Amino acid sequence: MENNFEKIEKAAKIRRRISKTFIYLMLSLWALAVLFPFYWMILSSIKSYSSYNSEYIPRFYPADPTFLNYKEAFTGVPLADYFLNTLIFTLITTTLMLLVIVPCAFAFSRMNFRGKNLLFTFFLSLMMIPNELVIITNFVTITNLDMRNTFAGLILPSVTSVFYIYLLKENFSQIPDELYLAAKVDGTSDLKYLLKVMLPICRPTVITVTILKVIECWNSYVWPRLITDDKNYFLVSNGIQEIRENGFGRENIPAMMAAVVVISVPLIILFLIFRKKIMEGVARGGTKG
Amino acid sequence: MKVTLQNLTKTFPSRNKKEQKEVVAVSNFTFEIPDGTLIGLLGPSGCGKSTTLSLICGLLKPTSGKIFFGDDEVTHLSPENRGVGMVFQNYALYPHLTVKQNITFPLENLKGKDKMTKQEMAQKALETAKLVQIEELMDRKPSELSGGQQQRVAIARALVKMPRVLLLDEPLSNLDARLRLATREEIRRIQQKTKITTVFVTHDQEEAMSISDLIVVMKDGIVQQIGKPQEVYNDPCNLFVAKFLGTPPINIFKGKVKDRKLYIGNTAVMDTDIPDMPVTVGIRPEGFMADEKGEFECELERIEVMGRDISVIAKHEQCETPVFRAIINGENEIQGQKVRFSLKPRKVYLFDNEKGSRIEVN
Amino acid sequence: MEKNNFKAWLYLLPAIIFLAVFLVYPLIDVFIYSFEEGYNSASGSSFGTGIYNYRYVLRDPYFLMALKNTLILVLITVPLSTALALVISLGLSSVKKLRELFQTVYFLPYVTNTLAVGLVFMILFQKTEYSNGLINLILGIFGISPIDFINGPYFAKITVLCIYTVWVVLPFKILLLTSALASVKQDYYNAAMIDNTPKWRVFTKITLPMISPTLFYLIITGFIGAFKAYSDAVALFGTDLNAAEMNTVVGYIYDMLYGDGGGYPSYASAAAIILFAIVLTVTVINLLVSRKHVHY
Repeated sequence: MENNFEKIEKAAKIRRRISKTFIYLMLSLWALAVLFPFYWMILSSIKSYSSYNSEYIPRFYPADPTFLNYKEAFTGVPLADYFLNTLIFTLITTTLMLLVIVPCAFAFSRMNFRGKNLLFTFFLSLMMIPNELVIITNFVTITNLDMRNTFAGLILPSVTSVFYIYLLKENFSQIPDELYLAAKVDGTSDLKYLLKVMLPICRPTVITVTILKVIECWNSYVWPRLITDDKNYFLVSNGIQEIRENGFGRENIPAMMAAVVVISVPLIILFLIFRKKIMEGVARGGTKG
Repeated sequence: MKVTLQNLTKTFPSRNKKEQKEVVAVSNFTFEIPDGTLIGLLGPSGCGKSTTLSLICGLLKPTSGKIFFGDDEVTHLSPENRGVGMVFQNYALYPHLTVKQNITFPLENLKGKDKMTKQEMAQKALETAKLVQIEELMDRKPSELSGGQQQRVAIARALVKMPRVLLLDEPLSNLDARLRLATREEIRRIQQKTKITTVFVTHDQEEAMSISDLIVVMKDGIVQQIGKPQEVYNDPCNLFVAKFLGTPPINIFKGKVKDRKLYIGNTAVMDTDIPDMPVTVGIRPEGFMADEKGEFECELERIEVMGRDISVIAKHEQCETPVFRAIINGENEIQGQKVRFSLKPRKVYLFDNEKGSRIEVN
Repeated sequence: MEKNNFKAWLYLLPAIIFLAVFLVYPLIDVFIYSFEEGYNSASGSSFGTGIYNYRYVLRDPYFLMALKNTLILVLITVPLSTALALVISLGLSSVKKLRELFQTVYFLPYVTNTLAVGLVFMILFQKTEYSNGLINLILGIFGISPIDFINGPYFAKITVLCIYTVWVVLPFKILLLTSALASVKQDYYNAAMIDNTPKWRVFTKITLPMISPTLFYLIITGFIGAFKAYSDAVALFGTDLNAAEMNTVVGYIYDMLYGDGGGYPSYASAAAIILFAIVLTVTVINLLVSRKHVHY
């Protein structure tokens, strides 16, 4: 009997080890699938134009690493301008969004006014409207306002997000009423209470919302593509598409990859710094794009 | 099934990274659980009782020591191969399955010659459900049951495959006071009917005392005392056990032995036969007798009448707590500011001041 | 608390203005557009109202191609990505070592620019005069002759589009499924283990029902997301998707709106509403199915 138990346990141990190995193998395989494109883009970006094109069988390491492609990426196409545009677009849009949604969330969570619940339900129902439906009229509106190829045209329709209002409002509502009443008793104004008490307490959510918006802005493509056809107002996504189609005067893949690296790096760095916050925020209900 | 624990030790790596010390959850636990008994593992939280249960179950592997079921060593066997039944503190009933599906769940896992047909399973589930008296609830979901009913379902699920050992982790802690009384009787009844060796964990001494054949009192991973509930109560081996068992709790006084007499304060309260030394004196509430000529004089605080008995709450300057409680026969009349007691020697225990160990008195 | 109407509306005003102008008004307007025949955005005039726009769109071969591509994409990527995410999440939650590292790596595609990384996929799959591309070289090892996945036959292009789409949507699904798996109480697994429950049974009888709400959420949002596919296709095949036979419904909408064949907001509106109707129907079906199968 005892022998039997030992046998059972030994068999179980072997089975466990095999399945562990298999699991790690699978996980590593997917990690490879995720990382390989990144590796390939960095690798290609430091191969020289001639060596890239002469490799019929691509080499997995750079024979003669060069950073000339990066120079080419900034000089051959107005990459720096795309970058700057995106930066301006992202900063202004995110700031405006915060200025709009924070008071709104505050009003919904702390203030009393007629029709509050009705209005909030209406806001929630707006979350279900797909972007594709409204983008058509927005395009016409912006065109009619003569705001094509302007920052205002790029930014204004991207400012609000009902989802972020909802996230913030939920967080604001968790702060106990007593705090608000105490501040009232001390003669604190609503605005001061919002700035000095609520925002500091809800900082994590505000940061999460900000980061998610920054990612969204940085990667936005569809709206900028519709509204800009002047290279001077291109964002990085449109810029990279422009590079792909018209390129550096000739098909220069290493330089293109250098541009791709430059565009991808800021967000990857942001992600690595705020990894926990971003993943938490996305898990709470964000979706791609 | 007899269960034997041999020098069982379990240590966990310290959570504090600066200190490299290990946390000893269970230390050198040796005990033979006789076949068919109900054992109560008792102690304050963090004493290692739940760890011990997990070791018997197999969810944890001991750092050293051995576990035997009957004559088979199971120390390194995984839980699935041990044939134990377990009732979790939160019951862990599958919320998406009905009571019937929950109870048959373990049976559907049986393989080979133990494999059962659908009818056999239904039959077996019904038998077990009847045993715990939930046969009318078979088609409900756990969320539609009361706490007590969920508890019974959990017991039924643990029992249905006729486990070699039944383990219960704080089985009553999620029930309200009234249900707790009823359910502990129920556990006792089921155990006596099935004769399955049962180990249960609790921090409630009253619960352990009322239904166990044997109780094991633990503290900081170390077994303090093992015995029948009444024996442990009447004959605690140290101050911790004495304090832990009994409601109302034992009263503790500072005392000393001089010339074969026990002194509390300046009065000799009892004869004794040990050498002179300072001691800690524990007196059970029922160890006091109202006696106008008694040696032990205290200041009366108040009286609580509890029917047959009365509870005298009094002050004494040598007492460890601000007031202490004596339970005496209700026929006595207590009046005035002072009250005098004589003591029942068998209810008075002396402990070493430093080690807290019991000093045996003849 | 006294009602503080005026002040509250002041706080709400900016949000209400933005939402009214860019979300509520457009929503109403798009329906009007879709029924206005021959609307001209330059002159702002139309001939009359009717269902002509819908008829036109439904007969437009480009729309039908876009619809076909979108449907193929939906039918392949939603089940594939959900199943893959489930397998990977199960693997992730069964290991301790390196788990955080894997999680971080797996999330990377979420924060990268779809357009930019799409180019990397393009050069990996592309066959040029210089090189067959890495993927073709690897396929060559298995004796498969080189195919141009980017400018080549239809099935090759749709394959690479599906692969890229799965790569892009997996991070979100893995993240949600891992946190759903982590929220299943260990007690259930312990109870199952004590009862000697086989692994497969633990999975189907315990894990799957417990994470079914998240799973259905992912399937629903997955369908919605896949129906809106567009930038993945642009990243791989460029902006002229009609020529590449790789257009999607959303791409068709944008092309109608602006670009070489653009300037027809009425057709775009009709196409958008058709898409919305399809997505709504699929979502409602999904919800009905999930109500039957999600346990709590």
